[in-house]
Amino acid sequence: MRLNGSQLVMEILLEHDVDTVFGYPGGAALNLYDALFEYKEKIRHIMTAHEQGASHAADGYARATGKTGVCFATSGPGATNLVTGLATAFMDSVPVVAITANVADNLIGRDAFQEVCISNIVIPITKHSFFVNRIEDLSDALHDAFRIAGSGRKGPVLVDITKDVTAKIVNYKQKKPMDFSEKPSFSDDDLNRFASMINASDKPVIYCGGGVATADAGEEMRKLMEIADIPAAHTLMSAGVIGYNDPRGLGMAGMHGTIAANKAFDRSDLIIALGTRFSDRVALNPSKFGKRAHKIQVDIDASEINKNVIVDLGVHADVKEFLTALLPLIKNRKHEEWIEQATGWKKIKGDVKSCDAELHPSEIINTVCENTDRETIYVTDVGQHQMWSAQYIHHEKTKRFITSGGLGTMGFGYGAAIGAKIGCPDCRVIHFTGDGSFHMNLNEACTAVSQELPIITVIMNNQVLGMVYQWQGAFYGNRYSSTDPHRKTDFVKLAEGFGAKGFSAETPTEFEEVFKNALKEKGPVWIDCRIAKTENVYPMIPGGGTIEDMIIG
Amino acid sequence: MSKATEKTERSEIVSILVSNEPGVTARLGSLFSRRGFNIDSFTASPTNDPKLTRITIATTGDDHKFNQIMTQTAKQEFVKTISIMDAKSIYRELLLLKVKAGKKDRSHIMEIVEIYRGRIVDLSRKSMIIELTGSSEKIDGFMDMMSCYELVDVCRTGVTGINRGDAGISDPVE
Repeated sequence: MRLNGSQLVMEILLEHDVDTVFGYPGGAALNLYDALFEYKEKIRHIMTAHEQGASHAADGYARATGKTGVCFATSGPGATNLVTGLATAFMDSVPVVAITANVADNLIGRDAFQEVCISNIVIPITKHSFFVNRIEDLSDALHDAFRIAGSGRKGPVLVDITKDVTAKIVNYKQKKPMDFSEKPSFSDDDLNRFASMINASDKPVIYCGGGVATADAGEEMRKLMEIADIPAAHTLMSAGVIGYNDPRGLGMAGMHGTIAANKAFDRSDLIIALGTRFSDRVALNPSKFGKRAHKIQVDIDASEINKNVIVDLGVHADVKEFLTALLPLIKNRKHEEWIEQATGWKKIKGDVKSCDAELHPSEIINTVCENTDRETIYVTDVGQHQMWSAQYIHHEKTKRFITSGGLGTMGFGYGAAIGAKIGCPDCRVIHFTGDGSFHMNLNEACTAVSQELPIITVIMNNQVLGMVYQWQGAFYGNRYSSTDPHRKTDFVKLAEGFGAKGFSAETPTEFEEVFKNALKEKGPVWIDCRIAKTENVYPMIPGGGTIEDMIIG
Repeated sequence: MSKATEKTERSEIVSILVSNEPGVTARLGSLFSRRGFNIDSFTASPTNDPKLTRITIATTGDDHKFNQIMTQTAKQEFVKTISIMDAKSIYRELLLLKVKAGKKDRSHIMEIVEIYRGRIVDLSRKSMIIELTGSSEKIDGFMDMMSCYELVDVCRTGVTGINRGDAGISDPVE
């Protein structure tokens, strides 16, 4: 068929099952948006308030649905506004394809109006980027973009297309998406060694990462836990893989993880790392991390093996395929004493309600969880509220806790919640945020209002930038530099200004009542919850520390 | 994959076959700089297949660093193959050197060039241009000898290399 470049983009999106894109139009993108108008029955375009919101929405959409998220932006500032969103997706291995329009090829390199070289800007924060200035290269670039984003360790890819190419006519024969189901092969020798190390261990512990969720290997991992009687801790990125009430579950590992998870790593004789990268938020001190343990690791990305922590055996493999082959080699064992010891540490807890404020974050989160079902998607921003959400939500399923783990992007939440709700319209979406994070990108309220998305935003409002404030209190002698901004924002009025609904709550009873009302609303709701600025996130292991440095609260 | 624990630094020549497309050098340079990998020298040119470019990088690091250099580079979309070259491979560098050489110095310099089997490719009344090919060590040695003359310009290509025997650079070892 004869198509122009923009129609070709639409056809290739359809070939890849893309029915939703997030974006923002502009001069260089006029042809692309004209094609979107033509294809509007097949491809829904969600216009956000800001391109950053579109990039987070594509990311949230991908995390909630497991599909590749797509966002559009125009040249120059449109394209640069995607950068934080792409970096966020890159750090958390989320498949996103960003399509940007650039100025026409005859203007490239002349500092034309709204020209930037976005394909070079994003080199360090994407799996790959394409600059397309010849119509004959467009189809291959787009097919490759989807292959790269969705294969191996997933991640974002950007395709930058010059404006003239979006208008040029080309003959196109429909193609099938490229096959990228092939996984790295691993040797029987690695498999046998892996199995014998597990079989010989007296105090094994599983260190489960986001790769287990991405590879959909939760079932295989839980079988391993059961057959060999192994306790397991999860990272922020794999909340929900291990059921909240799993008798062998130790909760979240790392800086704000549970005592049980961190202690188990420290006392274990074998750490089984699955789809995880020993990040500095878990292996806070890489040379002392799990110092009594042998370490074995499976990862889809060979460069993650021996990167942060040196392991005794590393296998480059898809964790689901590897575990499937491994399970028959695993002996039935009982580690009663070890399990009892490891899960026993779960009972040691800091004082949850450490100050006498009326409304505590745990009460907010518990009320939310009691009034929502298992399919609910919880999305967070970044900071104290994020850690409280990670700690207190009863995670039961994957793709149901959406958070910026690697990059720690404040302002991620609202866009991501919009993407999640668009991708999973039948799921309830709750957006937990703080007053700091929310101020960054709350402009996306207009998107939630236009799209009539009943997203409930729970603002844990302590009037300060809580996480930094906490560190200044703990390590900088209460010198609260630029964390106490004395803002006078009235979130209830602001919500109403956007055409959303605003509530506020100062006590647990008030919150419960307001939240139940919020659930009945047909559009977006904000709930401003006053919490104490002195409330800290515990437990906590300071950066670079070990279990010995843990502050319980 | 075995344990990478040797902490002593060493120099290696890494040979990388990449797609011959715009931006590859920028991508590779970005990777090396953001991951803290050294580039001691860098050479690149297309191969007999115009779609492919051979890049040869001289770099330094310990076992951990080399493990990262190899795996981080290998996973880039534009990288076809990557290997650390055998020490016994053949390595060459090209030097073009412009040196002030009047009546007094000319014959002395020509003697040195002769010993190193270099060539004088341009001669004028006050200067000459010398071309020398060889291993980096040989060129270092020549440069040392020449350091007592007044050098105008020094252009070294950086090292490139190819392995001995029938196998291609990136063929799996039998």
